[in-house]
Amino acid sequence: MSKCCCEIPKETVEAIREIIARHKEQEGALIPVLHEVQEYYGYLPFEIQKIVAEELEIPLTEVYGVVTFYTQFSLNPVGKYKVGVCMGTACYVKGSDKVLEEVEKVLGIKVGETTEDGFFSLEATRCIGACGLAPVITVNDDVYGKIGANEVADILKKYQ
Amino acid sequence: MKTLEELKAIRDRKISDLQLRKENFEYRIAVGMGTCGIAAGAREIMTTLMEEIERRQLKNISLTQTGCIGVCRLEPLMEIQDSKGEKVTYVNLTPEKTKKIVVDHIINGHIVKEYTIGYAEDINK
Amino acid sequence: MEFYRSHVLVCGGTGCTSSGSNKIVEAFKEEIKKQGLDKEVKVIKTGCFGLCALGPIVIVYPEGSFYSLVTPEDVPELVSEHLVKGRIVTRLLYHETLDEDEAIKSLYEVDFYKKQHRIALHNCGVINPEDIEEYIAMDGYQALAKALLEMTPEQVIDEIQKSGLRGRGGGGFPTGLKWKFTYNAEGEQKYVACNADEGDPGAFMDRSILEGDPHALVEAMTIAGYAVGANKGFVYVRAEYPIAVKRLQIAIEQAKEYGLLGNHIFDTDFSFDLEIRLGAGAFVCGEETALITSIEGNRGEPRPRPPFPAVKGLFGKPTLLNNVETYANVPQIILKGADWFASIGTEKSKGTKVFALGGKIHNTGLVEVPMGTTLREVVYEIGGGIPNGKKFKAAQTGGPSGGCIPKELIDTPIDFDSLISIGSMMGSGGLIVMDEDNCMVDIAKFFLEFTVDESCGKCSPCRIGTKRMLELLNKITEGRGEDGDIEKLEQLAETIQSASLCGLGQTAPNPVLSTLRYFRDEYEAHVYEKRCPAGACKSLLKVVIDEEACRGCTICAKQCPVNAIQGERKQAHVIDQDKCIKCGVCIEKCPFHAIAKR
Repeated sequence: MSKCCCEIPKETVEAIREIIARHKEQEGALIPVLHEVQEYYGYLPFEIQKIVAEELEIPLTEVYGVVTFYTQFSLNPVGKYKVGVCMGTACYVKGSDKVLEEVEKVLGIKVGETTEDGFFSLEATRCIGACGLAPVITVNDDVYGKIGANEVADILKKYQ
Repeated sequence: MKTLEELKAIRDRKISDLQLRKENFEYRIAVGMGTCGIAAGAREIMTTLMEEIERRQLKNISLTQTGCIGVCRLEPLMEIQDSKGEKVTYVNLTPEKTKKIVVDHIINGHIVKEYTIGYAEDINK
Repeated sequence: MEFYRSHVLVCGGTGCTSSGSNKIVEAFKEEIKKQGLDKEVKVIKTGCFGLCALGPIVIVYPEGSFYSLVTPEDVPELVSEHLVKGRIVTRLLYHETLDEDEAIKSLYEVDFYKKQHRIALHNCGVINPEDIEEYIAMDGYQALAKALLEMTPEQVIDEIQKSGLRGRGGGGFPTGLKWKFTYNAEGEQKYVACNADEGDPGAFMDRSILEGDPHALVEAMTIAGYAVGANKGFVYVRAEYPIAVKRLQIAIEQAKEYGLLGNHIFDTDFSFDLEIRLGAGAFVCGEETALITSIEGNRGEPRPRPPFPAVKGLFGKPTLLNNVETYANVPQIILKGADWFASIGTEKSKGTKVFALGGKIHNTGLVEVPMGTTLREVVYEIGGGIPNGKKFKAAQTGGPSGGCIPKELIDTPIDFDSLISIGSMMGSGGLIVMDEDNCMVDIAKFFLEFTVDESCGKCSPCRIGTKRMLELLNKITEGRGEDGDIEKLEQLAETIQSASLCGLGQTAPNPVLSTLRYFRDEYEAHVYEKRCPAGACKSLLKVVIDEEACRGCTICAKQCPVNAIQGERKQAHVIDQDKCIKCGVCIEKCPFHAIAKR
């Protein structure tokens, strides 16, 4: 589990409490709450999970169990730009493994890692449903389709 | 919304709008919008037609433009084609003539002979 | 109503949005305004047209001109030529809509659309998904009115049963029966749920329906709620589908505003409300019991059945769970009748099925065909065949739970039962085409990697068994395969199939079993000859010097770290394959590009 070295600022705690308060009446609120909290804070470190557990009055182990079960939730900070290489079948069949290799080479990181400057993090994503454009990579909300390994560097350059 | 009638009212109000995206029209109207047509006032005919269609809630009408058909001296003109493919060409249009054509031809199914190209050509002979 | 003489439809599906259709919408609006046509021409962003490979797609009505691969730079020309002068811009037309003599064909006569029969997708690409009135104009919510005002819940269920509709999410369970079970279950509180956690890689029809026709789902779930006696529905959507989530949210709000969701719908005693729940990235949540546990806010682990969700589902209450495509058929069935629906398709598989065509095929995109259409028709007539002059090798259906169909079986009719009989399954409808360059062992490995990653870990046959299978496949594709490995794979597969808790585990070995069934020779080539016939498995490639191109410069021999290259100066060199470690240094250093992996 990642340790957070810094105190969570008071405003942040308040904001998170507010998010949770909005969901308190909802049945099965944990996952919607985690989505919103992560949207707000960027990731879900131990300290944040603690607040969620306290406010929803459920054991911390349960929160941790859910956070680690789903790939959408992250325990570690992610880069400013999340680069995702689609590894759906259609993309794989059209050579997305080679695209992924190239992205790893260009960024100098492996899947699941973040560059030292905190700019890029890399994921091998599940099918994003743009199979008609395979192979596909995403950078945050931008989608690039029908790309070859040789185009990777140019695409990433736009964000540097 | 409380009743089926209300639902149907929304459908009927909106349906003619969507009819455009089906490809079975009762009448296809094409206005000559070549340079010559526009110079002769085809835009005014186009807007008149749009107003009439909207005002009379006409359905199943396709309204398009067409290029110059080669009889520039008779512009502005339009062609009306029915679902059987019968085509009538009206020439030397004005907004008033256009309105009459909409009522007589589109709504009541009677061709307005005196505005057709055949009639105009006969007179010119 | 305001009359517009022309409608410009721009595809706003994920595919076309990725290729920049939003910019095209903007460009059209701007240009149309500039030309003073904004009172005459309307720009509408629609759902997916299906032909994603040619996106962004623009259709201009009333002519029905189908423009493909449109860029924002093309927009001024389209406006000044087509919309002002009425001259169709032929250079941008989808080439299939042009006859040899340049005459323009209707879109529906084009090969891609001709054989399709659109029921679930009938509004996709036709209406503006963010405008409830357009949905109503296409007879939307009429089925709900009919069900609520003219039919009893029993009659609704009867109609669905009679139609022969079966679950489109993969299993093919009779939908009407599911409704009946939930209806018969005891309990005051019942729920209706929709599985929109479309996890099968390569399948995106549910997303397209949510994006292109979200009201169809809202209407269908409301009808289902009335039929089974539920007043609340949940839609569980993948978080990876932001556009779909947004459009569904808009649809729910509009339906509430129009009184089509909420209390006393059509002034009856029936009230119904819908809520969206986002998935969080776990494939197993497509399994119904796991999905339910996830909505409840827990780790999405499946639980044994029975009890089935129809008896004990969400929050312990009877729950009806169908997938998006299944629901999308419901309003049509209620409106047009069970007999109409049952007249389409085959004896045991009624209606149509949407497929996501992907992989090595010309027309990638979404197609909806009557059940019983053959794979050949889909691949060659609708899909336009295999690009680059390559040969069709196999089609994969059913995602990680399905299997590969070899070219010998290309005339198999596609329906639930035929696919199962040849060792594959319908699944949610991903159809990935593979050509001779794809290695079947590698594809099996790809799916196993997927299941290993997505196994929730609750039961050991799946958690450990799939991992062992993957290790064997890795060994085989890396050239370390041994006698007996193939048999071990088969043994493991059998155990995992029979001992796993949920559908994910039970079907996980299918990709391996089906490729073994039809492409055993490829496995054997990997294991016994250390050769990959398709040339896809990297570790099995050999580094070879082209004798013709080699000038005998000796650079490679000097660079080789293991002294594997022999040859006289000015004569062709040879690599000793036993010594070679495939480091690739020689390939890089050869000034004549005479060395390659093959």
